[in-house]
Amino acid sequence: MAEAAEAVVDRSQMKVSDEVAIQITNMNKWYGVFHVLKDINLTVQRGERIVVCGPSGSGKSTLIRCVNALEEHQEGQIIVDGTELSSDLKNIDTIRSEVGMCFQHFNLFPHLSILDNCTLAPIWVRKTPRKEAEDIAMHFLEKVKIPEQADKFPGQLSGGQQQRVAIARSLCMQPRIMLFDEPTSALDPEMIKEVLDTMIALAQDGMTMIVVTHEMGFAREVANRVIFMDQGQIVEQNEPESFFNNPQSDRTKLFLSQILGH
Amino acid sequence: MTNVSYVRTEMLPEKEPPLGQSGLVLWLRTNMFSNIPNSLLSLAAIYFIYLLLAGIVPWIFHGSWNVGSLSECREAIAAKYGDGAEGACLAVIRERFRQLIFGFYPQELYWRPILAFVLMLVAIAPVLFASLPRRALWFSGVYPFIGFWLYWGGTVWLPVVVLAGFAIGAAAMSILPRMVGSLGAMILAMLLPVIWWLTLAGATSDTMQSLLPISLEPVESAFFGGFMLSIIIGVTGITLSLPIGILLALGRQSHLFVVKTICVGFIEFIRGVPLITLLFVASTLLNYFMPPGTNFDLILRVMIMVTLFASAYMAEVIRGGLAALPKGQYEAADALGLDFWKATRLIIMPQALKITIPSIVSTFIGLFKDTTLVSIIGLLDPIGLSNAIRANQAWNGIVWELYGFIALMFWIFCFSMSRYSMYLERKLQTGH
Repeated sequence: MAEAAEAVVDRSQMKVSDEVAIQITNMNKWYGVFHVLKDINLTVQRGERIVVCGPSGSGKSTLIRCVNALEEHQEGQIIVDGTELSSDLKNIDTIRSEVGMCFQHFNLFPHLSILDNCTLAPIWVRKTPRKEAEDIAMHFLEKVKIPEQADKFPGQLSGGQQQRVAIARSLCMQPRIMLFDEPTSALDPEMIKEVLDTMIALAQDGMTMIVVTHEMGFAREVANRVIFMDQGQIVEQNEPESFFNNPQSDRTKLFLSQILGH
Repeated sequence: MTNVSYVRTEMLPEKEPPLGQSGLVLWLRTNMFSNIPNSLLSLAAIYFIYLLLAGIVPWIFHGSWNVGSLSECREAIAAKYGDGAEGACLAVIRERFRQLIFGFYPQELYWRPILAFVLMLVAIAPVLFASLPRRALWFSGVYPFIGFWLYWGGTVWLPVVVLAGFAIGAAAMSILPRMVGSLGAMILAMLLPVIWWLTLAGATSDTMQSLLPISLEPVESAFFGGFMLSIIIGVTGITLSLPIGILLALGRQSHLFVVKTICVGFIEFIRGVPLITLLFVASTLLNYFMPPGTNFDLILRVMIMVTLFASAYMAEVIRGGLAALPKGQYEAADALGLDFWKATRLIIMPQALKITIPSIVSTFIGLFKDTTLVSIIGLLDPIGLSNAIRANQAWNGIVWELYGFIALMFWIFCFSMSRYSMYLERKLQTGH
């Protein structure tokens, strides 16, 4: 957790604009009869870096998975980049190509080389010519600092490298918003830093990000808002400074004491 | 109290593994005589193999190739190696070789099945080996029509108009989506070719034949037989059952209730019925359901039944592969904006098929061997022919030679498939 704090983070580029990137209004979701998300209201401005934390089962992953329709919500409204998420498949595809996502277990395609992992979606979804897609892919692989692995397969890379490839793969679609679902939870401590550094670099480029993570160092350094969720509800949200130093709700205090206590 | 403090000053360099005693002696000691039970088993196995070879090798080498009947053959062996000597009567294979390969196909037309077989190898090669140029796949796609024409003969325009039906479907798929939406286009792409085949195709074929007559001498299905027949039925079943099986497996997972029910119903019905029953349906019952006067070729009916049978098994094999894929693969494909068909084609199927290669090839091998069942409905595949040959007075009583030869031929085909699947598994391995 301390690793990210050591990095020198330049916040000068991280500008938040007035433009709304994501607007979630009165959103409710059930798994069968289980009410997982209750009355979620959240507005994300373009350029914001939001960290979502909370105990397991609090619905934080489900929340960001609703944003690109990996999970369906039953009530309320989610508007991403001006497009409302509905059951209309066309809207869903538009939103998914605008919103990048990184998973806890990377979910790289093991049968494709690193380069092919990165060029697949641009070629088949965006109809980018192969040559151009490969140039874009190499650009982003350099950005995550593993261009030399382009011809290898995911199974030959370490966890940290795989997660950086997964980030590069999402970036190749040139998304305007990035979602991270516990990107470092499955990594060895030594590899967490390389992934967090990549995410910090991304934030410095002005990317709108929602990150579900327990890396509180990262939250402190990079986020401009921290959201604490419990039992499917947003319990508290604040700027990281006040959130960590002066938590208001008892639930938040307990959580922070448990996670920062050792 | 001991001192626990320890600091390593330099990291150890990597070393070569120790060199053991290599060579035959080491191999024998580790693999065959590592301990007493293992040694006893090895000796017993060696003795058993010796007995087997001691029986078979002289039997084959005493074999006579140049006689006309079983009794002549026995006399020849007795004369040469003394009374009571055992020997194979391989002459039956020499005499009936053509029949075992081609059935009763007219001899002067043997070039056609031979050419069709060679072209089949050419058509299969680019499918099996990805290093060959991808453009060659065009030929693989057209080959079934060339093969059909070469085997059965008749006018060239019949396979051409059938092929044209597929071209119509493909054209509909590429042009129509802009006009009627993708679902409408898909339905039309399936309907239009059927309409074409049922209405205009026959007339077009006749017209073209009268304008530009190109034809081969027709050969009726009744003359087909031997390994040629096994290969026709087997290869058709194999090539068609894989795509149909994939569609059924996808259909079974579909959220569309009707599609799912149809697929599940089909799979469960076909799997619940013995192949031999389906073959009897093909050979006898089907005629009752057709309008009087229609002559639907028996081999074609059998091919359809065998294909449907294999497809149902294939569907379940592939469903196993789909179930083995982590959910994350679907989610990653979705999150990148790939639609269902693209995700299936580019992400899901390549992995599901790779996992299931061993089972798929097992199904193929089973299917190829099951083609011998057609002898029961009177088709002259190698088994059917061997019954006919054994009924002949000259060869009455011959068993081992004929069945041994047939077994050897089947073994060559099936073993090749098995080796190919191992090659493919090695090639597709992308881990460490």
